[in-house]
Amino acid sequence: MPDIPEHLLRRSAEARAEALGVPLEQVLAEMGLTGEGETPPATLEEVTLPVQPANPDTTIPEDLRAREAAARQAAVDEFEAKATPAPPASPVVTGAPEEPAPVVEVPAPVVEEPAAVVEKPAAAAAAAAGSKIPEALLRRSAEAKAKATGRPVEEILAEMSGGAPAEPAPVVEVPAPVVEEPAAAAAVAAPPTGEPTAPAQAPAPDGDRTTTITAPPVAAPQGTPEGVRPQRLLTVVRAKAIQQVKAEPTDKVSVWPHLLLIEFVALLGVTAFLTVLSVILQAPLLDLANFNLTPNPSKAPWYFLGLQELLSYFDPQIGGVMVPTVVGLIGVMAIPYVDRNPSTKPSDRKFAIMFFTFFLVASATVTVLGVLFRGPGFNFSYPWSDGIWFDDLKDWISFE
Amino acid sequence: MADGDKTSLADRVGEVGERVRNSQAWESIFRPGSPFKKGYTDSPRNRSYVIMNNVLYHLHPVKVKRHGVRLSYTLCLGGLSFFLFILLTITGIFLMFYYRPTVPAAYADIEALSTSVAFGSLVRNMHRWGAHLMVLTVFLHMSRVFYHGAYKPPREFNWVVGVVLLLLTLLLSFTGYLLPWDQLALWAVTVGSNMAGFVPVFGDQVKFALLGGVEVTGSTLLRFYVLHVLFLPFIIVIFMAVHFWRVRKDGGISGPL
Repeated sequence: MPDIPEHLLRRSAEARAEALGVPLEQVLAEMGLTGEGETPPATLEEVTLPVQPANPDTTIPEDLRAREAAARQAAVDEFEAKATPAPPASPVVTGAPEEPAPVVEVPAPVVEEPAAVVEKPAAAAAAAAGSKIPEALLRRSAEAKAKATGRPVEEILAEMSGGAPAEPAPVVEVPAPVVEEPAAAAAVAAPPTGEPTAPAQAPAPDGDRTTTITAPPVAAPQGTPEGVRPQRLLTVVRAKAIQQVKAEPTDKVSVWPHLLLIEFVALLGVTAFLTVLSVILQAPLLDLANFNLTPNPSKAPWYFLGLQELLSYFDPQIGGVMVPTVVGLIGVMAIPYVDRNPSTKPSDRKFAIMFFTFFLVASATVTVLGVLFRGPGFNFSYPWSDGIWFDDLKDWISFE
Repeated sequence: MADGDKTSLADRVGEVGERVRNSQAWESIFRPGSPFKKGYTDSPRNRSYVIMNNVLYHLHPVKVKRHGVRLSYTLCLGGLSFFLFILLTITGIFLMFYYRPTVPAAYADIEALSTSVAFGSLVRNMHRWGAHLMVLTVFLHMSRVFYHGAYKPPREFNWVVGVVLLLLTLLLSFTGYLLPWDQLALWAVTVGSNMAGFVPVFGDQVKFALLGGVEVTGSTLLRFYVLHVLFLPFIIVIFMAVHFWRVRKDGGISGPL
């Protein structure tokens, strides 16, 4: 199972619950999430259920057995559906299939039920050493075991790393005839010699999800209760996504219809605006170009009038070249490389905003000056008394 | 039609429509997920298909950040600049049918366009006002991007591309200014190109290259025409493609603030 973040799964479940009109808990359960969403219940039961009969005082109720069978079946089906059946003798298996121990557990985040675990200490130690289980996993397993049994972690760690023979308490030696049989059978048949120290618990207490790989059941041996399919626990591996998704999920909406609709309306609006404008206002067309008749004033297009304005104050080299290219072009292009402040919050970039606003206001001012307040000879004039000296605008504004 | 007759005209029209939408021809036109296809339902999958399976919409991602859809965030300025460019292309193509870039013909063609061509005056007006509007929207778009800090990494280079687009927009507008070949055009371009003459060291050469001579002449008209209808649109389309592509690749719309 890919490593989908808990809150995402939960959000998905909420959405589904809302869409289907079913309670959230039901959806969560279907998705394999418990209310707390820590561990898929199927795998949990798969680990805990076989050891249930280990308690001699417990007689298994019929419905419990049926539930167990169903859960097992579901887990196995799910596993087989993934089409990645773990080979029975995979390298991570701590016991070869021929090993007499019916349940071979790798020390890993799943808490073992001591009564059901049949360990050949020497073999287990060798396996632990040989299969190179990461230190962290071993430690977590030990911690979990310690929590379950109430013993110090160090003791269990030492036991796991080879000191096992000295520690008989949680490891139950099942009598020889029973050893031949798989877990459930063994648990039912064998009277446990040791006191089960704790009931089966949830896996790793730190909440990391684990995936339990079990070998598909071969055949129910004799003595297995009806509906109970024994399985061998091969190993417990940490669930890990194939793809490590780094991006944080963000609140998004579908472009269709949300954005496209807005865009469509905007396009229609602008088209309508432009059409109406073009019906009302005639584009200027003066007399035929005449090289011998210089209009007074001669004005550039409005977006260059700011420049023309600057030219009337400064030397052409400065106003006509330096300002537009150095300030207007190179300067503006360089903004992202000069402004190294990573924040986009307006309160963090007061200087940048002030600077750019100054630039905007200055350009707007010189442009408006050039368009409206320059008359014959490019001298200052007032549009309300001296008229508009800009042909594109003549139809727009009138002071008569 | 008798009262008892059950097939009304509306029914028949509906039937024909149904048959058309069931036809193979209709099916073949629209790709899966198109709202025009029969049986379209509003589902997350189809919402994705609408975008992915359409050559135009596919400029967009399937999903955008929620705040980016708010009108007050972008004011649609970038999109409107692009739309105005398309509008100017369409109206410009219309104008090209009636215009010859020669000194004896240019002015007369524009006059004839305004008086004797159906919608000629309207289209010319739209082209001119649309051009002014585009300069405005591009400039406002740049300001919007600045105030949102949307030029910051990883979008620095797209800001540079955007400034080039602004420059190209100004040049497109400027080269179009001359084409009517009236007094306004002639002298505005004379003033504008005189500014180009102030470029240090190469001033005269730049001006000569721009005008195709030492002053505005018929060859300037031809030069500006080709720049206006072919060269600059060609360049600006390339830069726009890069610009839009980088918007997507740099993580979509910036923000929220």
